Amino acid sequence: MNDSLITIAMPKGRIFGDACRLLRNAGFRLPETFETTRKLIFDLESEPFRFILAKPVDVPTYVEYGAADIGIAGKDVLLESGRDVYEMVDLGISKCHMAVAGLPKHQSRRPFLKIATKYPNIASDFYRKRGEQVDLIALNGSIELAPIVGLADAIVDIVSTGQTLKENGLIEYDRLLDVSSRLVVNPVSYRLKKGLIDQIVEKMIKATEGTKVGMD
Amino acid sequence: MSQPYMFEKPLGLRDTLPQAQKEISRLEMIFQRELQRWGYDFIKTPALEYAETIGRASAIADNRLFKFLDAEGHPVVLRPDMTTPIARIAASSLREEPLPLRLAYTADLYRSQRKEGGHPSEFEQTGAELIGDATPYADVEVISLMMSLLEKSGLASVRLAVGHVGFVNAFFYDMVKDKAIVNHLRNLLYSKNDVGFHDYVATLHVTREVASLLNSFVDSRRMNNAETLQFLERLAGTSSTPVHSYYQNITELIHLLKLDNLDAQIDLDITLVPHLSYYTGFVFQGFGGKLGFPVASGGRYDDLLAKFNRPCPATGFGIRLDRLMSAITMPAAEHEKKCAVIYDRENAGNAMRYAAEEREKGRSVVLQHAEGIDTLETFEQQFESVTYFLERTETEE
Repeated sequence: MNDSLITIAMPKGRIFGDACRLLRNAGFRLPETFETTRKLIFDLESEPFRFILAKPVDVPTYVEYGAADIGIAGKDVLLESGRDVYEMVDLGISKCHMAVAGLPKHQSRRPFLKIATKYPNIASDFYRKRGEQVDLIALNGSIELAPIVGLADAIVDIVSTGQTLKENGLIEYDRLLDVSSRLVVNPVSYRLKKGLIDQIVEKMIKATEGTKVGMD
Repeated sequence: MSQPYMFEKPLGLRDTLPQAQKEISRLEMIFQRELQRWGYDFIKTPALEYAETIGRASAIADNRLFKFLDAEGHPVVLRPDMTTPIARIAASSLREEPLPLRLAYTADLYRSQRKEGGHPSEFEQTGAELIGDATPYADVEVISLMMSLLEKSGLASVRLAVGHVGFVNAFFYDMVKDKAIVNHLRNLLYSKNDVGFHDYVATLHVTREVASLLNSFVDSRRMNNAETLQFLERLAGTSSTPVHSYYQNITELIHLLKLDNLDAQIDLDITLVPHLSYYTGFVFQGFGGKLGFPVASGGRYDDLLAKFNRPCPATGFGIRLDRLMSAITMPAAEHEKKCAVIYDRENAGNAMRYAAEEREKGRSVVLQHAEGIDTLETFEQQFESVTYFLERTETEE
């Protein structure tokens, strides 16, 4: 671990744009090419920051093992992976929620509901707490297909606008939790680079308050 | 499971090859010497313990214990920690010894792990326990001892985070007066979920002042030590409450660590809550080097010995040797270069005498009969020097 360099794991894809905007608001001088580059590692010229671009579900892993000091990750991914990292700031970006959804008027006569999901741990936890026995089917994408083609009775997935559910004729049965992106920190990095990381955390908190005010 | 391959080992277990074993032995030796210099006596305990005694008292989650039946049908576990067996010894075999007791150990521990790299199910730990001293001076001793071991191991930039779960519990209880809420708040600290902590505080039926105190409590992690002490003083008040006496202990500890020149390496963090549920007072974790995980942890466990019918305060720590090894950047010590003596039947006596003399001087000597070697050149390459005792020619290279 280099003591003066901070490595930040960024989620590629849906959250990336929001995350970059927030970092700029927090005073990070990201170059204009940052959003379009295909590089996976990016060092800032003037400041001691290195960015690594990872698949969103992998961000908590990079941070837990200390390959990155800090990361930006969705609450859905954090809950599902159960990684041992500090969840320090709710960045308030990329908001959505996790829900149970399925076909309208679905009345399953099966003794076990079949639930398709990308989040088997979250789904299993949810049904265990309710005392319901379900069969989980792990899928990696296009979860909405499962109830339509009869693979599952319902799905557990994140919903942002509800447009995908609507277009596929599904409705929400239950709301599990609210999801947004979080700033996560490796516990050892936090001790070894406390000064630098505290500064970043405080800047991010300010920037987050800024976006909240701006949006109201 | 399908039939294992012949070279396969059970999940999470691994072999230690010579290179790594050398490094482990080096650390063991450093630790043993240093622990003895601090007056700690080494002990050993069995790898198997009853599930109803050590298994239950150890506070390691049930699904992480290796549990099976012994020949008589009793459920037994592979020891998941050493603090609990030592507590048992202190409460039984060493019951008549004068207190405080200073005990140390190096042992393999067993905790079933998730299927992933870097998390072995069997790992070696060196630790020390100071039993029978309730004062913060005992806590300072074990903290200084742990720091000294980590420094001597060659770990770079050693840091320590110190918290106090007694303070956390008492303060939370004063604020919310409800054990279930206290547990929930403490669990959020343990899972390092600051966002969840703030969200949960917002749902509590408490005054605005209490909510704001709880929120600043978790944010106090970002303070430096002087600020944290001021903040804790504010929370502690002036009366003779448990919170106040814990606060006094914390002040005393920081004062003593300053005398020991350790304060610059220490981060007083009242939000630090480790997983072992038997801790009652000071808790701490050691960090350093290039690893993303803490290499050492410890704390005070004043209620554990009561489970073995001998109520007695105690404090201690453990250092994970596997993690420490990964965190140390230094190359393996080179002082152990070996040399070889190659001999034949005619010169066996001379070769043996020569090897014995060299070993007396402290060198590592491999004595090898020429006929036992397949290819001489490949064999020679492993050694710093080779001496030949062959036929009539005694040449040295």
